[in-house]
Amino acid sequence: MEKNTFTISVYTENNIGLLNRISAIFLKRHINLESFSTSESEIQNVFRFVIVVKTDAERVRKIVQQIEKQIDVIKAYYHTDEETIFQENALYKVKSSSLFEERQIQNIIKASHATIVTVSPEYFVIEKTGFREETEQLRKDLAPYGLLQFVRSGRISVTKAKMGISEILNTFKNNN
Amino acid sequence: METKSKKAQGKALHISGAEAVVRCLLAEDANLVYGYPGGAIMPIYDELFKFQEQLHHVLTRHEQGATHAAQGYARTSGKVGVAMATSGPGATNLVTGIADAQIDSTPMVCITGQVASHLLGSDAFQETDIIGISTPVTKWNYQITKASEIPEIMAKAFYIARSGRPGPVLIDITKDAQFEMFDFNYEKCTGIRSYAPYPELSNAHLEDAIRLIDQAKKPLIVWGQGVILGNAEDEFKTFLEKSGIPAAWTILGLSALPTNHPSNRGMVGMHGNYAPNLLTNECDLLIAIGMRFDDRVTGDLKTYAKQAKIIHLELDPAEVNKNVKVDVALLSDCKISLQALNKRISSKTYPEWIARFDALDKIEHEKVIQTDLFPTKEGLTMGESIEMINKYSNNNAIIVTDVGQHQMVACRYAKFTQSKSNVTSGGLGTMGFALPAAIGAKMGAPDREVVAVIGDGGYQMTIQELGTIFQQQVAVKIVVLNNDFLGMVRQWQQLFFDKRYASTEMVNPDFVTIAQGFRIQAKKVDNRQDLDGAVKEMIASKEPYFLEICVEKEDNVFPMIPTGASVSDIRLE
Repeated sequence: MEKNTFTISVYTENNIGLLNRISAIFLKRHINLESFSTSESEIQNVFRFVIVVKTDAERVRKIVQQIEKQIDVIKAYYHTDEETIFQENALYKVKSSSLFEERQIQNIIKASHATIVTVSPEYFVIEKTGFREETEQLRKDLAPYGLLQFVRSGRISVTKAKMGISEILNTFKNNN
Repeated sequence: METKSKKAQGKALHISGAEAVVRCLLAEDANLVYGYPGGAIMPIYDELFKFQEQLHHVLTRHEQGATHAAQGYARTSGKVGVAMATSGPGATNLVTGIADAQIDSTPMVCITGQVASHLLGSDAFQETDIIGISTPVTKWNYQITKASEIPEIMAKAFYIARSGRPGPVLIDITKDAQFEMFDFNYEKCTGIRSYAPYPELSNAHLEDAIRLIDQAKKPLIVWGQGVILGNAEDEFKTFLEKSGIPAAWTILGLSALPTNHPSNRGMVGMHGNYAPNLLTNECDLLIAIGMRFDDRVTGDLKTYAKQAKIIHLELDPAEVNKNVKVDVALLSDCKISLQALNKRISSKTYPEWIARFDALDKIEHEKVIQTDLFPTKEGLTMGESIEMINKYSNNNAIIVTDVGQHQMVACRYAKFTQSKSNVTSGGLGTMGFALPAAIGAKMGAPDREVVAVIGDGGYQMTIQELGTIFQQQVAVKIVVLNNDFLGMVRQWQQLFFDKRYASTEMVNPDFVTIAQGFRIQAKKVDNRQDLDGAVKEMIASKEPYFLEICVEKEDNVFPMIPTGASVSDIRLE
């Protein structure tokens, strides 16, 4: 079957060990993760994992069923890129000297709509939010000038469709 | 995490975490636990000593034995089995039993001691990350570091273990939490907001299922343990009798329906019966009830029941469309979905379709069963040994089996009249399961005859539990079918590895002397004349009894679907 990029969103309770439990589901199936990030969601004390995998639709469906089966998982979904709005964030640390010696660098930063986060006598840090291709392009463009450090975050994403987590939690409240 | 619970009566007791653990067990009707003490769980054992009138602790000889005993107890009693161990090696020794309970959906709560919380992560003596280790094989697990967490977590543990699709839960409790004093108040858990154990049956899907059943000309039912776990035996029987549909079982579904019920057409799968396996690929409707299309049942998925419409009665949403794509899924406890179906289906018979089963049964009988049960050769067969157990237990024993040839033979030929009578390691295939599981099985159903049928290989994996049997005077009957081989692996070596018997021949000890060393009555038989009398004496015994039956060394189990082959390619020889 054809491989695609899927974004898996998992709404969970805030429990130690849940990260391990979710990653074990991928480990057991020998599936590599493209990216992984977690934070508190729109609901207080409910956490959201955003996991990106490249696999086929059939597999991602089964994985999501296994994730949702975990006791502390409230709900899990998967979406294609078309169904989500997503971003990644990247930081680039560059030698300060090159900013002044290589005029071209200033043009690159300007053209890429990146922001300068901090400048010190030794180095400066640029931040860029966008799609993978955009942060990747900036990395390639800056590379010739000596990248001291580069780091890219996992994907963060929201879906175009409604998630309905509050409804699930309210149903539980009303039924019990 | 948000949970719902029932308020307990009375005011709080100021007690230690350890005492709270014992009081939680009692509140959950767990008055029998299996385990092994050690440093990090000593405060809890100290409380077990004080509560020994109300709560019986069975000291096994190895922590693995405690888990299998708890499993055996759960399987025959329908209650949650409890196993306890200390930290480190005590905890890691539980893992095989936990994995077994997970794959066979057995409700079990395991409690492990842990080093004091200030030592966590310091590589302290007997510290091991049992939460990390047990995560992939537990339904849920949790580490308690404060006594105040104990009531809520214990309540959740039991609720999770027994509700929905049952499974094992591990609770790890640091030693300081066991010592800590706090105000104890117990409230039973009745719901967890992130966990929906009982999906609601869809009426639309029910209509679809009824339509498919009405249209079917050659329907077949395959049922699994879901019928037993859902206490749906009566509803299932009504469904069979009303629908007239022939039915076959997976290994864990065995005993949900009496062997002699006319709708019972035997076992599906690798060593199952000829008719239901072959006809899986001829039926026009396959109704799967509380089963999960394990590869040992389906053989090659690409050729499995492709001609049939499939209805799946299943409680666990993750099992639907996992291995086999189904046309209709009835997501619910099968007790509920069967009740709903029973109200709506019409009475039918399928004489021509049933005749197909009869004809194939006849072939299997001539080619396999006749020689298994009524052999003319000199050596004893496993089949005739099982038949003798049937005879003297009036087809009414709980049969506990280990893993391998004897397991397949016992499941094929043991006869049952009551549910919850087949205790075996199905999904994980854990050799060493049977002897400790038999202890729990007998304690879970003390009025029933319990016969453990074990191979000479698996027996030696947990043979130390003879000590537990003697100490507790558990009146289990232990039958070792001894062929001096790891028989199933040897069979595969013969069939698929050109008879290269790599490490499958066993030079065995004198099993009778060993049993006698544990002060258990013991006997050995190696010929047909003595078999009848020996089995009769064993069943008649009111005490634990060991019987070694020396069987043919190189018999094979047939029928057989080779790994990866289609159910249609089932071999009779």
